[in-house]
Amino acid sequence: MSARASMLSKLRACAPATAPDMPDVAGYYAGRPASTQAERVERLRAELTASHADVHVVSHAGWAGAVAQLLHAQGVRRLVRQSGAPGDSLARALPPALQASEFGRPLDEWKAELFEQVDAGFTVADCAIAATGTLVHLCGPHMPRTLSLVPPLHVVLIDAERIYATLFEAADGERWAARMPSNLVMLSGPSKTADIQQTLAYGAHGPARLCVFIACEQGEAA
Amino acid sequence: MSKHPMQFVPTADFKERARGALDDDKLRKSFRGAMDFLQAKRRNQFSDEHERESLRDLGSAIRKYALARLPDLLEELESKLTRNGIQVHWAENAEEANAIVLDIMRRNQARRMIKGKSMASEEIELNHYLAEHGMECIESDMGEYIVQLAGEKPSHIVMPAIHKNKADVAKLFEENIPDTPYTEDVDELIQTGRRALRRHFMEADVGLSGVNFAVAETGTLWLIENEGNGRLSTTVPPVHVAIMGMEKVVAKLEHVVPLVSLLTRSATGQAVTTYFNLISSPRRSGELDGPREVHLVLLDNGRSQAYADEQLRSTLQCIRCGACMNHCPVYGRIGGHAYGTTYPGPIGKILSPHLLGLDEAGDLPFASTLCGACSEVCPVRIPIPDLLIRLRNEAKRNPNETVATPLRGQGAKHSAAERVVWQFWSGAFKSPKAWKALRWGATRLRAFTPGAQAGWTQHRTPLKPASRSLHDMLKDRDQPE
Amino acid sequence: MQARNYPPKPKDVYLFGTCLIDLFVPQAGMDAVRLLEREGLTVHFPQDQSCCGQPAYTSGDAEAARKVARAQMKLFAQDWPVIVPSGSCAGMMREHWPKLFADDAAYGPQATALAERVFELSEFLVHVLQPDYSAARAEPVKVALHTSCSARREMGTRVHGLSLLASLPGVEVVEHVRESECCGFGGTFSLRHPDISGAIVRDKVDSIAGTGCQRFITADCGCMLNISTAAQHRSVAVAGTHMASFVCERLTGESA
Ligand code: SF4
Repeated sequence: MSARASMLSKLRACAPATAPDMPDVAGYYAGRPASTQAERVERLRAELTASHADVHVVSHAGWAGAVAQLLHAQGVRRLVRQSGAPGDSLARALPPALQASEFGRPLDEWKAELFEQVDAGFTVADCAIAATGTLVHLCGPHMPRTLSLVPPLHVVLIDAERIYATLFEAADGERWAARMPSNLVMLSGPSKTADIQQTLAYGAHGPARLCVFIACEQGEAA
Repeated sequence: MSKHPMQFVPTADFKERARGALDDDKLRKSFRGAMDFLQAKRRNQFSDEHERESLRDLGSAIRKYALARLPDLLEELESKLTRNGIQVHWAENAEEANAIVLDIMRRNQARRMIKGKSMASEEIELNHYLAEHGMECIESDMGEYIVQLAGEKPSHIVMPAIHKNKADVAKLFEENIPDTPYTEDVDELIQTGRRALRRHFMEADVGLSGVNFAVAETGTLWLIENEGNGRLSTTVPPVHVAIMGMEKVVAKLEHVVPLVSLLTRSATGQAVTTYFNLISSPRRSGELDGPREVHLVLLDNGRSQAYADEQLRSTLQCIRCGACMNHCPVYGRIGGHAYGTTYPGPIGKILSPHLLGLDEAGDLPFASTLCGACSEVCPVRIPIPDLLIRLRNEAKRNPNETVATPLRGQGAKHSAAERVVWQFWSGAFKSPKAWKALRWGATRLRAFTPGAQAGWTQHRTPLKPASRSLHDMLKDRDQPE
Repeated sequence: MQARNYPPKPKDVYLFGTCLIDLFVPQAGMDAVRLLEREGLTVHFPQDQSCCGQPAYTSGDAEAARKVARAQMKLFAQDWPVIVPSGSCAGMMREHWPKLFADDAAYGPQATALAERVFELSEFLVHVLQPDYSAARAEPVKVALHTSCSARREMGTRVHGLSLLASLPGVEVVEHVRESECCGFGGTFSLRHPDISGAIVRDKVDSIAGTGCQRFITADCGCMLNISTAAQHRSVAVAGTHMASFVCERLTGESA
């Protein structure tokens, strides 16, 4: 008998005849007070800041300039950006000395380069979760998995319209269960560890710095 | 790479190792500090008692539901993963699981593996097995890396190097990583670890990881971490192999939502960890990175034994948060290594008898005061003390007795002498006459109370009966019956 | 632990004295009787009682525990509350006897019915008798409180102990660090794993001594004997007093 058949038959032999009712997760989270966008922006900002991220609330018109300024101030020389309209706008706002390219090729062709020469990655979060200060990335053809992971500085743009109050609301509202990307990543701050004597240190294996730009109507122009 | 590989220690010398740990002041300080820290952090996360208790109810119901439907869910998981392009393997025991991983490596002409944190791989001693077959395995979780450099095993399921202090790590890095000066600056130490491991991520042929939750509905592996090494291990190498105990499947994606909240808050007192990494497929066409192959190994290795018994099945509700060990007075005193098992602490005491047999588990089910601190904090409400009492009964049962759901190693602690003691005891206490005689003897002969009383007087003065028993005193005053 | 409904004040109660009190601290049992009688109750003490069976139960000998438990059950035939001056024994009778006899058609229902009327002494005083201790001695005293872990978790004994002490004039309860941590007794655990048990109780003694109180009050004789004898072994001036005895002590002067 295959291991599969043997394992399943052992389990079937003693599985209870009837399962309890399906737990009502939606019911548990139902009826929480609704929040306004301004509250969600503020909560997202506060939670991310508490997790050691730099957060900037900016206007739709001004975000590219603000990001460019930050990259310049950080001394970034080489940036890789997510392909798409926001990345293009950013590229236009950058000083010529700052080299900004798209991911472009399969990782296998330039692994060492990404690991060793790229200073920063720029991505646009698909949505965010205010309660925990979380940015959601749906990885796919236009969102490489390593872009938010390998470069030491990660810059993320998030539209204030796309902020959910909680993880449950995000999963539900975005219908993730029906359309899972190959890799869905939620990130809530720069990479960290407390593995040495419970002492918190940043930049364990992922980015040591996370800069978040929340674009909204009320945001400051750069 | 480990110079003195730590032997997998059978639990036979548990007492010996426990004594060693109790005598090690530095070790006790490390654990005490860590326990206090983790307890306080968890407490802060659950300041609303009502919210905490209702969330625990929900978490427990979700895990119970998944276990009740386990065979169905595993089949659903398999079919969804397969549809998504993830290859599923089934392993009844450690040997099979190891062979599966080796085979995947060989078929890919792989030599080097980078590992994210995986307790299941510790359980099957994968590193050891692969090293014997000429493969290089590097642990990349900072704690696991430290433990591997030291040639040790994790002493905690969430914080593997919890037994080490800064100075230990400083020395270890200085001795093992080229061009590393001694420093106790934790930021510098972490940067040293980061630099040392970077190359391994790039060069590895295979990345291995554990799994926190597998979602049957969508065919998704949900991984939780802070460092990013888990994401690197599952993203950069061309092949990703995940390994998980078969009980970790849940029915619906939404079921993970309360479970992750319970997990991170109970484990490290974080509202959320830095990364939730939800893997549902290998690199799809048009994608520029991600592994080209993803495999999942489903591991039984004794879990089906726990599953077979209605009471013991609740062991499999565990979501491996480690809160039970963080709050355990025994774990806090002796640390993780004394247990000699992959999973230490209260969860180890109730799980190891199924993975290893009651004989190998030896003293573990008995090494508890049954204080209940563990079940009080367990996010999925596993009644750990009740399970310990049950396992004690099974360990003491006559090995030849036939029972409905026999456990491996039944009767390992069966002792004719002890049976006699309890028979004498129950004889004395069930018969009013015998108990009366015993009381009479104990109170009248109290002058002869021995000065040494088994283990009691090692740390305490002897117990001496009173000169008159309560029975006598109440009889004297004609207390009605 | 489930919230429970308390009966109105009865005329009669049973006392289940527990084996440890019986042999080692009988005065605590006498004091319990006194406190109950003070509220006008008739206290019945079936002379054939012995032990709740906990030592065998927690050691993994369910059969031996059942034998002993069965012998006790029939002694409490009237529908009166059964008062137990020990939280962990009360917990055994209330929480574990029903489980122990779950598959027993004869004793199962009996165990479940009896469990309903088992009360730990301070719980019964606080919730049912509500004694008036306002005339007790008033000179200030500081004490620490220790609650057995199973008693706290199964019976809520810590809360009851605190409110009982709060009803005594002049008594200040000092919190010690890690008050909620186990004292390391664990019944036969203390004999089976003396080193670990010894390390745990050592910390408990230090924690109580650290408050500056030389005295701790507890509703559990197992923990009390464990902590007191461990302190004595190291010549640390910390000693336990049973809750019933402490309350009586504060009531001296009152006619018994
Ligand atoms: S038994 Fe409960 S507390 Fe312990 S690791 Fe598992 S889930 Fe966490």
